[in-house]
Amino acid sequence: MSKQVKFTIDGTQVTAPEGMGVVDAAKMAGIDIPVFCHHPKLEPVGMCRMCLVEIGRPMRDRATGQFVIENGAPKIQFLPKLETACTNKVEEGMVVLTQTQSGKAKDGQKGTVEFLLTSHPLDCPICDKGGECPLQNLTMAHGPGKSRFIYDEKLRLGKRVPLGELIVLDQERCIQCARCVRFQDEIAGEPVIGFAERGRAMQIVSFSDPGFDSVFSGNTTDICPVGALTTVDFRFEARPWELEAAASICTQCPVGCNTTLNTRREAKAGGDFVVKRVMPRQNEEVNEIWICDKGRFAHHYTDSKKRLIKPLFRKDKKLTRASWDAATKLAADHFLAAKKDFLILASGRLANEDLFNLKSLADLSGGKAYLYSHMGGGELTSLVGVSNGTNFGSMGKGNTIIVVASDLYEEAPIWYLRVKQAAERGATLIVLNPRETKLERFATHALRYDYGDEAKFVHDLGKKGKVGEAFTSAENVIILFGSEGLGAAGTASLASACAKLLNDNGFVGKPNNGLIGVWERANDQGAWEIGFHVEEDLAKALKGKAIYIVGADPVADDPKLAKALGGAEFIAVQDVMETETTEIADVVLPAQAFTEREGTLTSGERRVQRFYPAVPPTGDSKPDFSITSQIARHMGIILEGTLVSAVFDILSDSIKSFEGLNYARLAEVKEQLPIVGRGDLYYGGTTYENTQGLGAHLSAAATRGETVSIPRVHASREAAPHPKEKELLAVPINKLYDRGTTVLASDLLHERIGDARVALHPETAKRLGFEEGQMVNVSFNGTSGDAVVRLDESISHGIALVPRSMGIAIREPVPVKVRSKVKA
Amino acid sequence: MGVLDPLVELGRGLWTTLKMIFERPVTFQYPEEKREVRQRYRGRHVLKRYDNGLEKCIGCSLCAAACPSDAIFVEASENTDEKRFSPGERYASTYEINMLRCIFCGYCEDACPTEAIILGDNYELSFFDRRSAIYTKEMLLEPVPATAMLTPQKVEPGKYNRRSVPEMKDPAD
Repeated sequence: MSKQVKFTIDGTQVTAPEGMGVVDAAKMAGIDIPVFCHHPKLEPVGMCRMCLVEIGRPMRDRATGQFVIENGAPKIQFLPKLETACTNKVEEGMVVLTQTQSGKAKDGQKGTVEFLLTSHPLDCPICDKGGECPLQNLTMAHGPGKSRFIYDEKLRLGKRVPLGELIVLDQERCIQCARCVRFQDEIAGEPVIGFAERGRAMQIVSFSDPGFDSVFSGNTTDICPVGALTTVDFRFEARPWELEAAASICTQCPVGCNTTLNTRREAKAGGDFVVKRVMPRQNEEVNEIWICDKGRFAHHYTDSKKRLIKPLFRKDKKLTRASWDAATKLAADHFLAAKKDFLILASGRLANEDLFNLKSLADLSGGKAYLYSHMGGGELTSLVGVSNGTNFGSMGKGNTIIVVASDLYEEAPIWYLRVKQAAERGATLIVLNPRETKLERFATHALRYDYGDEAKFVHDLGKKGKVGEAFTSAENVIILFGSEGLGAAGTASLASACAKLLNDNGFVGKPNNGLIGVWERANDQGAWEIGFHVEEDLAKALKGKAIYIVGADPVADDPKLAKALGGAEFIAVQDVMETETTEIADVVLPAQAFTEREGTLTSGERRVQRFYPAVPPTGDSKPDFSITSQIARHMGIILEGTLVSAVFDILSDSIKSFEGLNYARLAEVKEQLPIVGRGDLYYGGTTYENTQGLGAHLSAAATRGETVSIPRVHASREAAPHPKEKELLAVPINKLYDRGTTVLASDLLHERIGDARVALHPETAKRLGFEEGQMVNVSFNGTSGDAVVRLDESISHGIALVPRSMGIAIREPVPVKVRSKVKA
Repeated sequence: MGVLDPLVELGRGLWTTLKMIFERPVTFQYPEEKREVRQRYRGRHVLKRYDNGLEKCIGCSLCAAACPSDAIFVEASENTDEKRFSPGERYASTYEINMLRCIFCGYCEDACPTEAIILGDNYELSFFDRRSAIYTKEMLLEPVPATAMLTPQKVEPGKYNRRSVPEMKDPAD
């Protein structure tokens, strides 16, 4: 713990860590000093002058350097003018007089507000921030009642200046506090916006193309102390006081960001409750007070027109409405008849309770349960995964973080943010990837390998000179592995190489040590813990089976799987939306979206967190675990199907890593610093305080003291296929905004999603005679798709990068033929 | 008490009746005849317009916030110069008042930053079903003399994109 200093504020003795700003120290003591530009997560700049206070310091004798003692106490010397409380650090013996004690400070703050309002339009009635606006609140509390300036002489500037297609700037409302500029620079590490001009003409501009090219852009609207920055999603949609709030967890990636869903009834939606916006909820060990734009804007699928509302079954070759009982009975009869050929294919989009019921059904009926994912290696994250006490926020000097085969910025943006910050605090960051990724700019060591060499490269990491030393001499090591250029088999062997490296060097079973999978979906880790496995040759496994597909759309994802499903005996699909898979199904069961029900998710960091219902269910939909239980009952198997917390209790009794957890435990909270989201919106922004639970870590086999044995890396699996002449090696990579069902339903993201594309090195493209932006046809193994050529110098020759879920069904590296497409 | 006393009393009463026959009657023959209401009478709401026909309402929802009986529902959208409903950026795309809930307190009038909502002089509010008690924006908006003044209007670009809240004088009666 850092050194503590004693100082006086408004006559109260306060202790605070040395080096803390006066504003933050006062906040901890429960004294509010108003601020606009200062933010507890950003470096102080003293731009807005709102925090003016009187500061006195103990006087020293110039000759001796000793404190001057007067009447038995050190003599306090005040500066003749006011000082900013944000930029001054607390000192021993300091005396601070805030606006409540000092008339001078009060006057100063009043003057600051009056000046800020000289060019502010005061259009609060139409401003989206009105009601949760720091400027509004602090003007009421500290400002003058009347302005001495004439309204018509105010600055007239752009009211609707789009910084990108997601964020809109109102130049009149901006008070030039630079919170957004500093957030992009200091926290996101992407200075894509900044100030142009000086003085009265100073304005925020975006330098990037496309505008405001950052996946964290939505956070700037949270910390903006006025209504200058608004999101396209929420602009003029509702007033803040009309919204209801429900705690939730983001389901878009394995980070598991804590969110708050703001809902409201809407005439446009026929009087139904809809989610109006997604806001971050503080969890300093997961997402702090930030969320990425995908989490913020990709929620629209939950109120999409394509939601399933009634159970359906196939009658005379057509899907027709059925009762719940008839539909589940039909599915159950087929599953019973199939016996060993009963197969469950579930995705990591489901909650722990759903997956547990599905796995129980498979186990009790003699069927099989597969996880629908292109990533393997989850058994190892259960063995040597991170556990209790792990927090990227506490990692710094002496710790090492290794990121292998993953572009964290695109796959798990908040992890990118947290790992970057750990590196800035002094942690050694080692990035291993065949091409340049955004995280590399903050890496201590960035190494390249060839696609296909991942596992071998990681295996030999300890022997690689400086890098090896950085690894072996570290106090704590976390390895994050992803699926860049890897399929299920490839990731499994990479995971086992990583796990072996960690286990051999003793970096398991302690806080801030272990393996993290950068999974495809939010609850893949939970599925692995519950006992799901990934089948490497899924197409073969699906043939001739009675299949129960839950939360997945294999038909749209892969023509190979579509063909395999064509040969299936019986297909029951349980999903929230109409998909290409529901079209070929024999029974369709409508499930509730995560916004409509309760449950838990396990994040990649193995933290189990609760989400709560925010809106009423759509149509006749039911929660997944309940539907599974209904099918099970028709099969003569009893599974809990009404109370979700009861399912969790059974789950925690039967699965070791969940031992000791229950809903009450997951809902526990503790005091978090900085204090945000209470009445004091001026301090932390509109982020919500966490009152509904911080979640809890699962235990890993290594933490429980069990002996851990890591399966050997199969050398035969490692090598990537060698492309023949005139062929390229197509390598799958992951993109944040893809054409997945849950993303595509949000219209506002379409521009960011873009078209199917294939990235080539300029020389490779030149050799094949392709140009940037040209349409080409990519074909492999009998399937093909069209894509636009993009040139990228950071990738190797002979490689074609193909983003997943973008139209070309690629799960693992394959040799492909790329031909220029003749315009028809 | 005399024997004639009841007759005296009866005569007195009949005299009053006789007197009243020649007075002006206070009864209004509603609905043929309608009574003028007082200047500050609070009847059914009217949504006002500016002289050029643009709506005064900017969809700020402050009336809904002030409403003690939660009778008002507002949903806002964004104006464009091609389709302009009100000055400034925001207008009410949905504006509904449930007249069964309304207690005619006039708080909405007080809360309105643009003097768009006024409690008018219409007191003829009776319904056969609950649904028809909900007045929509079209029913509440003031009529206009010419069709060109109906909203949305196509306006000169940039003319009305500022100043959604007009300058107002202190309220006089």
